[in-house]
Amino acid sequence: MAGSSVGSRDAAGAVGPGGAAAGYRPSATLPFAAEFRRQASRRRTQLALGFMVLLPLIILIAFQFDSGGDDDNGRNEFASLVDLATSGGLNFTLFSIFVSASFLLVVVVALVCGDTVASEASWGSLRYLLAIPVPRARLLTVKLLVALAYSGLALLLLAGTALLAGTLRYGWSPLRSQVSAELAPGEGLLRLLAVLGYLAIVLLVVAGLAFLLSVTTDAALGAVGGAVLLWILSSILDQITALGGLRAFLPTHYSSAWLGLLSTPVQTDDVVRGTISAVGYATLFWGLAFWRFTRKDVTS
Amino acid sequence: MRSPLSAARVRRALATRRRRVVAASVAVVLVAAAALWAARPQPADFRAEPAMVTVRSGPAGDQPVDLDTTLYLPADASAGRKVPAVLLAHGFGGTKESVRPDAEDLVRRGYAVLTWTARGFGRSGGEIHLDSPDYEVRDAARLLDRLAARPEIRTDAAGDPRVGVVGGSYGGGLALLLAAQDPRVDAIVPMITWNDLSRAFLPESTGRAPTEGVFKKGWAGIFFGGGGSAGSGPAGISGTTAAQPQGAPASAGAPSPRPGAGPGTGSGRAPAGAADPSCGRFAADVCAAYLRIATTGRADQAAVDLLRRSSPAGVLDRIKAPTLLVQGEADTLFPLAEADANARGIAAAGTPVRVAWFTGGHDGGAGPTSDSDRVKFLTAQWLDHYVKGDGAAPGDGFTFSRIAGFDALDRGLVATGYRTADYPGVTGDARREVQVTGPTQQIANPPNGNPAAISAVPFAGALGSLLNGVAGDIPGQHVRFESAPLDEAVDVVGAPTVRIRAASPTGEAVLFVKLYDVDPAGAATLPDGLVAPVRLTGLPKTIDAAQPVPVTLPAIVRRIEAGHRLRIVVATSDQAYATPPEPTVYTVAPGGGPVTLPTVDGEPIPTTATVWRWVLAGLLAAIAVGLVVVVLVARRRHRRQDSSVHPEYAGIPLAVRQLRKEYADGFVAVSNVDFEVHPGQVVGLLGPNGAGKTTTLRVLMGLTQPTAGEIYVFGHRLVPGSPVLSRIGALVEGPGFLPHLSGLENLKAYWRATGRPWADAHFDEALEIAGLGSSVHRRTKNYSHGMRQRLAIAQAMLGLPELLVLDEPTDGLDPPQIAEMRRVLQRYATDGRAVLVSSHLLAEVEQTCTHAVVVNKGRIVASGPVEEIVGDSPSVLFEVTDPAAARTVLDRLHGVRVLPDGDGGLVVDTNGTARSEVVAELVRAGIGVDRVVPRRRLEDAFLALVGENSRGSGDR
Repeated sequence: MAGSSVGSRDAAGAVGPGGAAAGYRPSATLPFAAEFRRQASRRRTQLALGFMVLLPLIILIAFQFDSGGDDDNGRNEFASLVDLATSGGLNFTLFSIFVSASFLLVVVVALVCGDTVASEASWGSLRYLLAIPVPRARLLTVKLLVALAYSGLALLLLAGTALLAGTLRYGWSPLRSQVSAELAPGEGLLRLLAVLGYLAIVLLVVAGLAFLLSVTTDAALGAVGGAVLLWILSSILDQITALGGLRAFLPTHYSSAWLGLLSTPVQTDDVVRGTISAVGYATLFWGLAFWRFTRKDVTS
Repeated sequence: MRSPLSAARVRRALATRRRRVVAASVAVVLVAAAALWAARPQPADFRAEPAMVTVRSGPAGDQPVDLDTTLYLPADASAGRKVPAVLLAHGFGGTKESVRPDAEDLVRRGYAVLTWTARGFGRSGGEIHLDSPDYEVRDAARLLDRLAARPEIRTDAAGDPRVGVVGGSYGGGLALLLAAQDPRVDAIVPMITWNDLSRAFLPESTGRAPTEGVFKKGWAGIFFGGGGSAGSGPAGISGTTAAQPQGAPASAGAPSPRPGAGPGTGSGRAPAGAADPSCGRFAADVCAAYLRIATTGRADQAAVDLLRRSSPAGVLDRIKAPTLLVQGEADTLFPLAEADANARGIAAAGTPVRVAWFTGGHDGGAGPTSDSDRVKFLTAQWLDHYVKGDGAAPGDGFTFSRIAGFDALDRGLVATGYRTADYPGVTGDARREVQVTGPTQQIANPPNGNPAAISAVPFAGALGSLLNGVAGDIPGQHVRFESAPLDEAVDVVGAPTVRIRAASPTGEAVLFVKLYDVDPAGAATLPDGLVAPVRLTGLPKTIDAAQPVPVTLPAIVRRIEAGHRLRIVVATSDQAYATPPEPTVYTVAPGGGPVTLPTVDGEPIPTTATVWRWVLAGLLAAIAVGLVVVVLVARRRHRRQDSSVHPEYAGIPLAVRQLRKEYADGFVAVSNVDFEVHPGQVVGLLGPNGAGKTTTLRVLMGLTQPTAGEIYVFGHRLVPGSPVLSRIGALVEGPGFLPHLSGLENLKAYWRATGRPWADAHFDEALEIAGLGSSVHRRTKNYSHGMRQRLAIAQAMLGLPELLVLDEPTDGLDPPQIAEMRRVLQRYATDGRAVLVSSHLLAEVEQTCTHAVVVNKGRIVASGPVEEIVGDSPSVLFEVTDPAAARTVLDRLHGVRVLPDGDGGLVVDTNGTARSEVVAELVRAGIGVDRVVPRRRLEDAFLALVGENSRGSGDR
């Protein structure tokens, strides 16, 4: 068997640039699709995405149990989001996002981004990827892009299912809230997309943090849990008004600024600041992750 | 050659530690700096001099009054370094303390600030004359004298200080009146104040005189205090004091246009006997006028004259000091029209005037942060130019703001600022006309104004009106005229006008006209709670004979969204106003013609938000540029690295040169390893656990960086990620598979990750080697250790790499599999391929390998062809009866050499001489030979090492 393959190698002209094996190109290693399939085959990916589809349906069913009780959802202007959840598909989607933005989506993004490198390390398959060799920066880039793609997919699945189910159940109505004029469905959909876009940007911080931890530790749970814990810590600190201006530096400070996108006219100031904060933190975390991973000794 | 090891280690350890220390200290410094910045103590860069001063004022300037003053001076102000001054007046019911934050702000900007408690309030003496030119205004003029006498204050001439006057509400009125009376004033910033006090308290929206105005009893009562419960204390009227009712004067900031608190907040004792319990500290004439108006709801000419005396309206042409007028939109006491009248009057005299509207006011407080910031900025800019002489002329551009909604983060209000080059007044610079229709309807005037509609609750603030919380009309007492839904949004800026017709059996009617914004759901909002009271006289008894009456509604700033309707409500009662006590039934009809909505084409004021937008753009650009730079640098470095092919090692699959690996904790795993693997060889890397085998292989696979030394694969220098690694197949530190995939899927996933052509993989050969049968379709998490090991070897052989590196390949295999594996490896190494096998088992290396490299403690202790070092070697161990004699005999033999070591026996290098011959020679010499043992170098070396080191050696 060996002889035949040697012959084929010689016939192929043997060696690529840098002494590489025939057919090997650094930029072709670990294609996006290959990594996407790697992750898609995992049970946790399937469960997380499945839950994104399931959650709006669960909420929808829960709304069917209308006990008629008049419970007061805390009287602030944005509480109307809850009261108006069943007024139409757009409002239902908004509600689904509202209830999942602060924690569920954070966990999902942390899971997808925190697990990606750490789990390979814990399985021992990371060293074989590096020995292929997949250049380290490329490995990280592809892993990051795939993780971000799954995060985005989760967000879109949640919103898409909610929009579909909500529209089927409650109809295609204008987007209502107490903070703005009633928005025509088309305009409302645009606002909804803007909200999703901003949420995606805010979640970049979680993605960055989880990814950094993922590169730092071999324990996938540590990376995911660490990112969520730090996010919660930041949220708690953000509640402490005694910190004053320091709070603006917390990565979670602007996490609810997307509510401003619902008002008329659209308030983009905090969205812009939140974007700066999120992009800054994400870049910092990813930069550290790349810096660390391209230099570290892989001993797992 | 190499620098001393210890020094290098120390340096490295230091470097690691230093890096950590640096990172930690940077983090600590950053956090500490941020904390300090947030909580930085405000340096006491000014001094305050409180003083009770006596000034003489009154009509003849001879009535002494004690004023409670504080002079704030910048720390560096002195006779040699004179500073301009600001006279800072407080609102009605306040004291000098209520403007202290503003004073501190101004003094930090380099002004000497004189604050005082106006007469009749706090610890100051005297009575309240409502900013009378003879009293309060003259007091202020005397304070200017005192300022001029201070050596630290800059003067324009002897006795003429360089001074600006700033104040809100009561203080704003004083600023205007003082500037009209005293030419020494250089600039004024009156905020939320009046033009004509009589019109403010007795408004009439069809343009009638205050004597026919509708008494604004709500506000008047608050000012006069609890309807005459004056005797409750020397401070006079205490009804509204406890809750500091006026707006939200809580924020600390530069001259925020805050109204003062309710009257009589001061705790001081009035020196002058407050004799009349119905008047408190009000002067007798003011008190009497109030009592007359409040009793009848109508003002006589004398009362109006008295209020006019306290109004800037009549003296605006005498104001020569440049004036910045700041007026609140949420202000039912002094609406925007007051500032408008002031602006027109002052501008008519040729004096520079600038107008700014903000979303606060007597109802709305200081407004959102963006608004109070704008007011602060405008004030500072105005004073800096006209008083201090710094900066360019501020111009006369008009700025205003509109409530844009709730802030998503802190739930406060958000205002958007706009600006235009010219002040359009309350009539706007363009107008929209909207038709309203409605029924002719009879509405009842309730007796004594009860029950009454609620339009605005004083101090409820803009929040109340925005939330639609307080507005309410009484059924039967109002009529509605509505428009169709607007097809596009209208930004109303200014005073809308509407025409109504009314009939009254008495010929007279008091009505309240309001403009509501009604959203599609039917919720109606009365902007800022503003209403237009009208007193119509000479009305016919029937509506048919009624003439349309134009009503000017209060000026508002509001965006009425598309789809919303306008609703004009005409009501007979309003809680904030005095209405005729007799019950009457009026008939009201639309006046025909549209509602005219003034608009202003304002340009949004760039706020810090714009800056942030640029920051965001800059950040994104910087990230993009940074990424490009990083990629370019990486490419360049990559290209430079890969270019070299070492000619000496070009044909050699593996050449390891003086490899050294030292971990961050200083542990030297490999100190000096040097070997080669040639084509066709199966090289065994043999050593006890912890000898450094795995570390060597890790470096070889590009998983860790060597501390020193090089590795060449086919002449290519190997660094982590070198492309030449693609010619190496590896099993290092055990298998690593995705547990949720089957064996076959794992191999496919692996090959997919290489990005190489599918045909190059040779899956069949690999699977044959793995020998897993149908188990290859099971998930790897269910595999046994041996199965995984075989699968890992198969994975290493995927693509039939030219160098196969296997770390303990037989680990977990059973004996037949081990035998099979040996055959596979030996076969693999033919045809120019090479195999490197690491093992701690001597037998395995002996049986599998062609060459062996023995390592221990990170060093090579032996290397060479296995036959050479394992097979019979030229050295033989002799155990003889007489070693000394034997040595002599052996030395005589040609070529035979006794090696120096060997305890208990002689180790002899026979050097080609047959062992039998040597033995025969010894026996012939009479020496007994007990044992003759051919030496196996590998075993010797290895067993000696293992014997010493098999315990307690760490994993290398």
